[in-house]
Amino acid sequence: MQSSASTADGTVAPVPRLAMHFASLEVQNHAARLGMWLFLATEILLFAGLFICYGCYRFLFPEAWAASSRSLDLTMGTVNTIVLITSSLTAALAVHYAKEGKNRMVAIQIFLTLLMAVGFLVIKYFEYSHKFHIGTLPGRYYFYEGIQLPGAPMYFTVYFCATALHGLHVIIGMVVLTFSMVRALRRADFGPNNYTMVELGSMYWHLVDLVWIFLFPMLYLV
Amino acid sequence: MTPSSSIASPGAAPAHDEHHDHPNYLVDGTTIKSWLLTVDHKRIGLMFLFWVLLFFLVGGIFAMLIRLELLTPGPTIMDAMTYNRTFTLHGLVMIFLFMIPAIPAVFGNFMLPLMLGAKDVAFPRLNLLSLYIYLGGAMLALWGMLNGGLDTGWTFYAPYSTHTTTTVAPVLFGAFIIGFSSIVTGINFIVTVHTMRAPGITWFKMPLFVWAIYATSCIQVLATPVIGLLLVLVTVENLFGFGMFDPARGGDPVLFQHLFWFYSHPAVYIMVLPAFGVMSEIVASFSRKNIFGYRAVAYSSLGIAFVGFFAWGHHMFVSGQSTFVGGLFGVLTMLVGVFTAIKVFNWVGTVYKGAVDFKTPFAYFCGFLFFTVFGGMTGIALGTVSLDVPWHDTYFVVAHFHFIMVGATIMAFLAALHYWFPKMFGRTYHEGWGLVSAALIILGFNATFIPQFLLGNNGMPRRYYEYPERFQALNVASTAGASLLAFGFVIIACYLTYALFYGRAAGKNPWRSKGYEWLTESPPPTHNFVGPQPTYPEEPHFYVDPKKAEVPDAV
Amino acid sequence: MSELLNNILFLPEAASTFAERVDMLHHFVVGTTMVMSAGVGLAALFMFFRYRRRLPAQATEYVVPTLKTEFLFVSVPLVFFLAWFGIGFRDFTWVTTPPKDAMDVYVMGKQWMWKFAYPEGPNGVNVLHVPANRPVRLLITSRDVLHSFYVPAFRIKQDALPGRYTQIWFEATKPGTYQVLCTEYCGLSHSKMLAEVVVLPQEEYDVWIKDQRRGRLQDRQDALADTSLVPPVARMVEQGQVLAGSEGCLKCHSVDGSKHIGPTFLGMFDRVEKLDDGQDIRVDEAYITQSMMDPGAHLVAGYQNVMPTYQGKLQGPETAAIVEYIKSLRTPNVREGASEGPAYDAIQ
Repeated sequence: MQSSASTADGTVAPVPRLAMHFASLEVQNHAARLGMWLFLATEILLFAGLFICYGCYRFLFPEAWAASSRSLDLTMGTVNTIVLITSSLTAALAVHYAKEGKNRMVAIQIFLTLLMAVGFLVIKYFEYSHKFHIGTLPGRYYFYEGIQLPGAPMYFTVYFCATALHGLHVIIGMVVLTFSMVRALRRADFGPNNYTMVELGSMYWHLVDLVWIFLFPMLYLV
Repeated sequence: MTPSSSIASPGAAPAHDEHHDHPNYLVDGTTIKSWLLTVDHKRIGLMFLFWVLLFFLVGGIFAMLIRLELLTPGPTIMDAMTYNRTFTLHGLVMIFLFMIPAIPAVFGNFMLPLMLGAKDVAFPRLNLLSLYIYLGGAMLALWGMLNGGLDTGWTFYAPYSTHTTTTVAPVLFGAFIIGFSSIVTGINFIVTVHTMRAPGITWFKMPLFVWAIYATSCIQVLATPVIGLLLVLVTVENLFGFGMFDPARGGDPVLFQHLFWFYSHPAVYIMVLPAFGVMSEIVASFSRKNIFGYRAVAYSSLGIAFVGFFAWGHHMFVSGQSTFVGGLFGVLTMLVGVFTAIKVFNWVGTVYKGAVDFKTPFAYFCGFLFFTVFGGMTGIALGTVSLDVPWHDTYFVVAHFHFIMVGATIMAFLAALHYWFPKMFGRTYHEGWGLVSAALIILGFNATFIPQFLLGNNGMPRRYYEYPERFQALNVASTAGASLLAFGFVIIACYLTYALFYGRAAGKNPWRSKGYEWLTESPPPTHNFVGPQPTYPEEPHFYVDPKKAEVPDAV
Repeated sequence: MSELLNNILFLPEAASTFAERVDMLHHFVVGTTMVMSAGVGLAALFMFFRYRRRLPAQATEYVVPTLKTEFLFVSVPLVFFLAWFGIGFRDFTWVTTPPKDAMDVYVMGKQWMWKFAYPEGPNGVNVLHVPANRPVRLLITSRDVLHSFYVPAFRIKQDALPGRYTQIWFEATKPGTYQVLCTEYCGLSHSKMLAEVVVLPQEEYDVWIKDQRRGRLQDRQDALADTSLVPPVARMVEQGQVLAGSEGCLKCHSVDGSKHIGPTFLGMFDRVEKLDDGQDIRVDEAYITQSMMDPGAHLVAGYQNVMPTYQGKLQGPETAAIVEYIKSLRTPNVREGASEGPAYDAIQ
């Protein structure tokens, strides 16, 4: 854990509130960060279950999975990956500026992040609607003529479960970041002592990104 | 950084520092709102206690209905569909609404900060949130159970659960929500243990209850998301038919079982590890001895938590997994047994050269020891792969896990309730009734579940609505035992309710215990300590005469 | 002695070779558990009395275990547990590995009955006839949800999974009638899903099966049989032959020994094949079933992974029928060597 909390107590104007049950501000921030790390661990385990399903069924239906994977639009997937990785950069920059107390820059960076998140979802929407159109849908809804291998519907079950769950996390992440952005604009009190909120939001965003970095090769590439 | 090296900041002092009055947490704010919106870990613990007991009552009533139905081989008081829903409801309520939150959310919440010398848990508002998430999930699940009812058993194995027409979706989604409550509580406790320990409390001076809760929380945090995902997948499957576990679409029901038991086996340790922690406190307190082999007990909690993650396959010896995998899970199961054995030996060793006071909590300790030994040994026997072949999914398994989950955990829950009753409410209960009901309950448990072991040997499968005639005698015995058990609980409910209102004032430390939680007032004031935090120079449960404290005896 | 113990433990009659092994381990485990627990319990009770409290705030000595004590606490249980496990795992391996000469019966669970099919007929519902003192292998599957085939007297149990075959075997030692119970919760009438195993002496069994195959319906079988559930083609081999044609097996597999895309069915059963990873495998029912469901799992050396999976396409009994058909194509001069490489047709 990077214990980078500033030691310059009192010298900077906006001091965050210390909840009375904590021994010191440093402990409070440490606790918040530790809590977030643990929460991220649970998120990873949540997706781990899906990865296991993916692994098992891929092993059971190798040809169907190869064929189905090739039916996805690689260009859209790649663009989405680039968009999401870039959004992680801006999220990290937001933390950087929050540490320096540049609240306007924080808001701008988060806004850019949100913009890219929306872009990600829009591209995802196009991918989804294409699938609804041609019929590469989960389970019994599957009516695509192109791939008639047993196991292909299962691929799309896993595909839709994983991307929908990930999409849900994107939306949650956007909500969390929006709160930080509003605070950076309204209260403008982020500074070297008080950036935990941006940091946690950004950590969550990195997780969303990380999950996609696993999902992308699994679903589109291999 | 560790808090023991940090200096107390000036902001940490209580706001109302006038020296006239520090009301205890029970009377500090008497409006309903002050309870419902409290962030005080003690009040949240009490609210959890209320709901957990309520759900225990619900689950208990359904248990009695099951036992009554099984009194005769044919239909007795209900039809097959009602029976299937009844045992499902019994399992779901007891596991998700009672067992899992029972000790961590009630006594963990109440005692953990007290034992760490902290003013509250790390995230008090999240703590309150976890209560409401729990209630929200519970309401959704119960609404689903009452409007249609689920008939899959609490294990909701696919593909039956994805095909049945009963209300799977709301119940499983309710259980999913309850999972969040469990995760939040777990995260909160882990962070509390890491960051909130008072100066002087190092890792190896933490009370063993804290160690147990810490290990439990790790399991809660790491295992619950997996069942969360599984619950969502089954819900989606049941609503939309995506075919994830449907063999007709190439799905694999054994994969479902792997994912299910990956959570549900560690979940057993979520239920039983806190019980081990409670008993470590009680045996030390009532025999006035330091725990024999403190580190062994602490490490074995972590060991159980760790190995518990790798033993899930022993639920599936006959489910179609390979012979080799079965053997692997069998060996790992033995390790859980070894860790538990270490604990049992060390508890018994604690009494050696002690000074035993045979009060109600200690009576429950005796019962607990009995149930843990036999529940544990039957668990080992079930892990002995070939013996599991005839026993799997028979009443032997039912009896085994009731010995551990009901026997050990309920013993610990009741012991904790009695031991900490003065701490929580500042009053004492009637000792005589306490011992009588403890005896009744221990006898009742044995009379209920020993016949079930024999039923399992005899070959009666679980979840049977009707059964061949030859099983009847043992079923009647079991039902008779269950009535005795219920009677014991009624007595407890009576005298504890009486004590709650009219019990004698207990004083600060009625047991003269040297556990850390007794260093403050009983009941504690709102922020646990008046003025500066106490210091903790000695390890917990240090009963040595100060004059000869230097040389430890080694045995 | 063991009779007495069985009565105390309410164990049902032991009527199979596996039951004897299980009961022996059972007695060993129960015996040691009782002795050890009694030791621990008595020690605890003695100490509760011996070290009772004499003063309200009595001080005690500080006692910590030595390393030797802790070692004892760990090693004694570990040794016993591992010993039990060793015996248990040996028996488990034994019961999951059927002997070569075992007689096969296909078992299918469905809500809420058991269907039994012999490779050469007949089919039956809820009554399984087997000869005594002869290993019987059950190939178990399910048509709908999970079931579990449990015979308390034989101490055997195996889950029935839809879309997959599991196997277990037993050798009944005493003629008689034994109950079969379903032990995996399977819905409304789970507790009514009963069947029975009738163990006959070999001679009686031979007579019985001869009668059955002659088409004479025996009274008991007749009373219980739900004739609508019996597939129209009674002989599985014939059914398998039809299926092999209709499902497209014969497009790639020949039945006369000639080369084709896939290995020939002629003499395939019980042959030892060399796999592409260098291992040897004996072609048995499990391997054939697996090859249909997951063709790429074990490829015979020299063949391409071109076969489509039949997972979800074939019903349980259909798979069984095809297996039986392949078994029927055994040749007297079974080659022990591996198959030769495939012959490809020109692409049309």
